[in-house]
Amino acid sequence: MKSLLIEPDRHPKDHPGQERSYTLGPLQAGPPCCDPQTLLSIKNLSLSYGSTPALKNVSLDIYQGCITALIGPSGCGKTSFLSALNRLTDMIPTCNVSGDIHFHGINIHDPKQDVLNLRRNIGMIFQKPLPFPVSIRRNIELPLREHGIDNPTESDAIVQQVLSDVGLWAEVKDRLNAPAQALSGGQQQRLCIARALALKPQVLLMDEPCSALDPISSAVVEDLIQRLRGRYTIVIVTHNLAQAKRIANYAGFFWVSDRAGCLIEFGQCKQIFESPQHELTAAYVNGSRG
Amino acid sequence: MFLSQTDKHLSLWLRLCTLISATILALIIMFLLAESWPLLKHGVLTQFISDESWHPAQRLYNILPMLSATLLSTLGALTLATPLGIASAMFNRYYAPSFLASGYRRIIELMAGIPSVVYGLWGLTTLAPVINLWHPPGVSLLCAILVLAMMILPTIALTADSALGAIPVVFHQTAAALALSRWGTIRHVLLPLAKSSIGAGIMLATGRAIGETMAVLMVAGNVVQQPDSLFDSVRTLTANIALEMAYAMGDHRAALFVSGLALMLMIILLAGLAEINKRSS
Amino acid sequence: MLKNRLATLLIWLSVILISAVFVVLVLDLVRHGWAELSLAYLVDAPLDAGRGGGIGPIMVSTGLILALTISVAAPLSLATAVFLTEFSSKNSVFSGIIKRSLDVLASVPSIVFGLFGNAFFCVYLGLGFSILSGGLTLACMVLPILIRTFSEGLRAAPDEYRLAAAALGLNRAAALRHFLLPTATPALIAGLMLAIGRAIAETAALIFTSGYVDRMPDSLMDSGRALSIHIYDLSMNVAGGDSHANSAALILISLLFMINTLSSKLAYHWMHKRITCL
Ligand SMILES: Nc1ncnc2c1ncn2[C@@H]1O[C@H](COP(=O)(O)OP(=O)(O)OP(=O)(O)O)[C@@H](O)[C@H]1O
Ligand SMILES: [Mg+2]
Repeated sequence: MKSLLIEPDRHPKDHPGQERSYTLGPLQAGPPCCDPQTLLSIKNLSLSYGSTPALKNVSLDIYQGCITALIGPSGCGKTSFLSALNRLTDMIPTCNVSGDIHFHGINIHDPKQDVLNLRRNIGMIFQKPLPFPVSIRRNIELPLREHGIDNPTESDAIVQQVLSDVGLWAEVKDRLNAPAQALSGGQQQRLCIARALALKPQVLLMDEPCSALDPISSAVVEDLIQRLRGRYTIVIVTHNLAQAKRIANYAGFFWVSDRAGCLIEFGQCKQIFESPQHELTAAYVNGSRG
Repeated sequence: MFLSQTDKHLSLWLRLCTLISATILALIIMFLLAESWPLLKHGVLTQFISDESWHPAQRLYNILPMLSATLLSTLGALTLATPLGIASAMFNRYYAPSFLASGYRRIIELMAGIPSVVYGLWGLTTLAPVINLWHPPGVSLLCAILVLAMMILPTIALTADSALGAIPVVFHQTAAALALSRWGTIRHVLLPLAKSSIGAGIMLATGRAIGETMAVLMVAGNVVQQPDSLFDSVRTLTANIALEMAYAMGDHRAALFVSGLALMLMIILLAGLAEINKRSS
Repeated sequence: MLKNRLATLLIWLSVILISAVFVVLVLDLVRHGWAELSLAYLVDAPLDAGRGGGIGPIMVSTGLILALTISVAAPLSLATAVFLTEFSSKNSVFSGIIKRSLDVLASVPSIVFGLFGNAFFCVYLGLGFSILSGGLTLACMVLPILIRTFSEGLRAAPDEYRLAAAALGLNRAAALRHFLLPTATPALIAGLMLAIGRAIAETAALIFTSGYVDRMPDSLMDSGRALSIHIYDLSMNVAGGDSHANSAALILISLLFMINTLSSKLAYHWMHKRITCL
């Protein structure tokens, strides 16, 4: 964490062409995307709520450092899929998950798996920005403290750093103790991303992170996601096909068949959008269905 | 459901506390039964309605006069409080200008908060003398009914108020579009919609009236007798317990616990009725 | 049209009747009780079975009974409410049974609590007529009220907080401490005040548990007379005690009114503080 510490007034020089109304810290480059290494491997994942199936036999690999976009019509199980990856499905009593999910080669459903640690490593951003009803600073500090970082200097440094990373520092540095819910929607969403980043996750699951935001905030968040590429592995659900095309390295297309969601096609983003193998995919990305 | 190690410990403690909370009702029923046992063990339950009278010194334990006093006063109070309570709720929702509505609601809330012993005191010092002028002795079934009605009115009014408040606006709009009069709208559209919630409030109030002790103890006169008129003094089951527990021994004490059991039985019956009412709506 | 007019008339008449009765009741209490009220009345010991003197020891007993009631019932209720809302699924049989039993417990008449308290705490546990017995009996009585309001408060906290907290790898205990309980605080306070109000107004459950003795209690094992019992005793068993009964009633009602107002103020204040300063 220390190595990433930056002085707030240095970053415009590091990114001369990218001066905007917000600031963004320099992010360390991760392993390059052109040499894909599997980080999360999902095999035959099926998921049901009570007796109604929501997902059937989904298998795909998520590659380290890349952005993977999941697209598909409403109700095809994208949110359910994301929740299964960090076992947030455990919170829903009726939800049954079967199949294998390996993270770094370790089965996440292993009884010895520490779920809290798993969730710390696989962060999640929700469609609706969800800051806790406390101050901006506390929103980031609380999870840190629960994970054992309670030294004030250290956590202050992390707060500053993650807020800079998401380009929020300049906007909120004078009112860190103000209630987080007084921020605008876009700022709230970036705060939520900062909060997740503070725990140094390896994977970020984003469930339609821009769809509750206005176009400008949405562009800001999208820009941010681009910059997170490399350092974090990102799985993003989006209904905005143009956005998926712009930012993703890989794309997966979900569809409802037999009343349960399934993965129709998965591949390089370019391939999915420009030469889809499956006619459903072709129809969906060309906008004639779904 | 996934629980971390900390959560598992916490969950264990919470479960223990929950068990304790849940045991209380069982304990109450157990102790009522245990204390009634000296009389119940003979197996002649009819004695409580067939004995000549209530004379514990002579081992006569007829609780019928007290039971009928309880039922009559409850019935009387309900007859008065139900229309008044529903009228209060309708006033708040549909008739009152807004400044009056909030003030009147506050009055009802304050009435709900007045302790029963204060109602009893007022009934004894103000109401009973007035009734006495009209027809002695004043402390009577009528006085008990009036005081009880005042006590349960807020329960009915407040539940009816929130039931009416929960009706979606579309129904008002539909009724208005059909050009129904205000009373027509209330009578044929809104009241039927709120019927079961209002019913639940009335049952709640019934329970309160049956179980009320202090107020009736202070204003009903406490003569054990089958009342011939509203002006007769009566003694309810609850008042009987409060009056005699202090010196009751042996079978007499057991007889008082039997009347406690009878009260519990009525309350459980009411709870069952409320459940049916809830299911059917 | 005629029906419409008639209904309006009847409704206004009922409202006027009820308001008038309320005003008369309050005026009567004030009129009869005002004369004896003074600071000395609040602290002095009663004389001549309450016909003279004040209500000092009675206030102390009442306070002790209340403190005991709340300190026993509040933690137990909070634990139960947290278990029911956060640690058990909605349709589990265990929590279903518990909810039913609490619903019935809420409607048990107070005199039955008195019988139970006498048989269980005074006789079976050997606590005798004491403030301890009275407080514990009242704790049983307010338990369902507290559990209900506490659970409602917790349930009002949006599920999204629970999800967001879990997604950050927080355990349930942390989510409770940091978000759920603070969000529920206004409801917790409101519930507490409601319970205090119920307990302070209670008479029937105390007659055979905490007793009548109007001396200053030395310990929790002493019998102590609650304010409501004092009112009852003065008006029913003491000839010439009416005016003092009215004064005590006036004090009881003012206490209840204060608790009521305080609770809404506190809840409001807390809500603001939580959002701005935490
Ligand atoms: N908690 C739940 N309980 C029961 N069924 C659920 C639950 N959550 C989702 N479902 C069902 O599972 C299916 C998949 O839902 P999911 O939310 O994963 O879809 P989605 O692809 O994210 O849709 P959207 O694009 O609208 O967000 C839907 O049919 C939905 O009704
Ligand atoms: Mg979704």
